[in-house]
Amino acid sequence: MGEVIVITSGKGGVGKTTTTANLGTGLASLGKKVVLVDTDIGLRNLDVVMGLENRIVYDLLDVVEGRCRLKQALIKDKRLENLYLLPANQTRDKTAVSRQQMIDLMAQLREEYEFVLIDCPAGIEMGFKNAIAGAEKALVVTTPEVAAVRDADRIIGLLEAAEMEAPRLIINRLRPDMVRKGDMMDIEDMLEILAIDLIGVVPEDEYIVISTNRGEPAVLDRHSRAGQAYRNISRRLLGEEVPFLNWEAGSSFMARLRKLIGLG
Amino acid sequence: MLEFLLRFFGRDTTASKKIAKERLRLVLVHDRAGVSPHLLEALKNDLINVISEYLDIDTTGLEVSLNQENDSVALVANIPILRVKRTFKTSPETAVKA
Ligand SMILES: Nc1ncnc2c1ncn2[C@@H]1O[C@H](COP(=O)(O)OP(=O)(O)OP(=O)(O)O)[C@@H](O)[C@H]1O
Ligand SMILES: [Mg+2]
Repeated sequence: MGEVIVITSGKGGVGKTTTTANLGTGLASLGKKVVLVDTDIGLRNLDVVMGLENRIVYDLLDVVEGRCRLKQALIKDKRLENLYLLPANQTRDKTAVSRQQMIDLMAQLREEYEFVLIDCPAGIEMGFKNAIAGAEKALVVTTPEVAAVRDADRIIGLLEAAEMEAPRLIINRLRPDMVRKGDMMDIEDMLEILAIDLIGVVPEDEYIVISTNRGEPAVLDRHSRAGQAYRNISRRLLGEEVPFLNWEAGSSFMARLRKLIGLG
Repeated sequence: MLEFLLRFFGRDTTASKKIAKERLRLVLVHDRAGVSPHLLEALKNDLINVISEYLDIDTTGLEVSLNQENDSVALVANIPILRVKRTFKTSPETAVKA
């Protein structure tokens, strides 16, 4: 039985879809059988980021409303054998599916796949509630900005209230140069405020834009620093202990880390 | 000196991340406690009424907010006093009034 992990954030545009695409591709390239589920009904994006937009025949709504079998709606990735996408419907809205339908769908998917990654829509309403309904774990994405961290805090509270396993944090779009100048919150600041465990830090990286243009997740690109970060997070999801890279951490965090391992 | 030059050229030298962190901390205290601005406003008005019976206060400068220290949240009121009233309602008087 596979793990069902929802990628969520509260605030829009902080990198949920990018993260879902990259972690899914990362886990699949590590040999895991993975399915990505786009629950952003009406604002379908994950297909484009994965470069699979031309292959869609059926979608999530067709499955839950019984117009096709689950297998027929799953799109096989271009590059990796063991990676699939269940796209969102683009013409209806979040109210088109119910919590129970999502719970049933996830239960069905986890029978076949080792990892089910759910791309959650922004917000805290119906779309969010549906997306988390069938999930057992959550990754919360934030950027080092006041509004994003505030919304992440709200989401963490809602996940707690839903009695989910303690979520883990992904800090996206970090700019080490700005952190050094004191003009961006560092990792330590955000961990202290949100009081949850960190699973990884993804730097601001123009490769993300380039790879999104091409429809090829950056995690496959050896030269991309964001790609490297996503490879590390994928391995951490498998339970491996992967050390944090130098640029991943602000200075004080590194100092504490060095102290922890007896170097400082 | 550098700081002076930076200031001279109109750049604020306070690291903006400190400001961000402080603002976040405050806004989260309110978010987490589920205290609405409406509740604080009502509380503030009641406080003004009660305290005005004893002291002359600057109602425009009065600030009421929640603050967090370590794990506990405190209600902090900053109330500028203009002057102490020579006579104030004593308890018998209030009793009579009531
Ligand atoms: N690390 C990064 N470096 C540079 N650009 C990034 C990074 N992460 C995300 N972006 C860009 O930010 C934009 C928003 O990302 P994405 O669509 O993944 O966010 P989202 O949280 O899914 O948004 P929504 O809430 O609308 O679903 C995209 O244009 C993406 O390319
Ligand atoms: Mg998205």
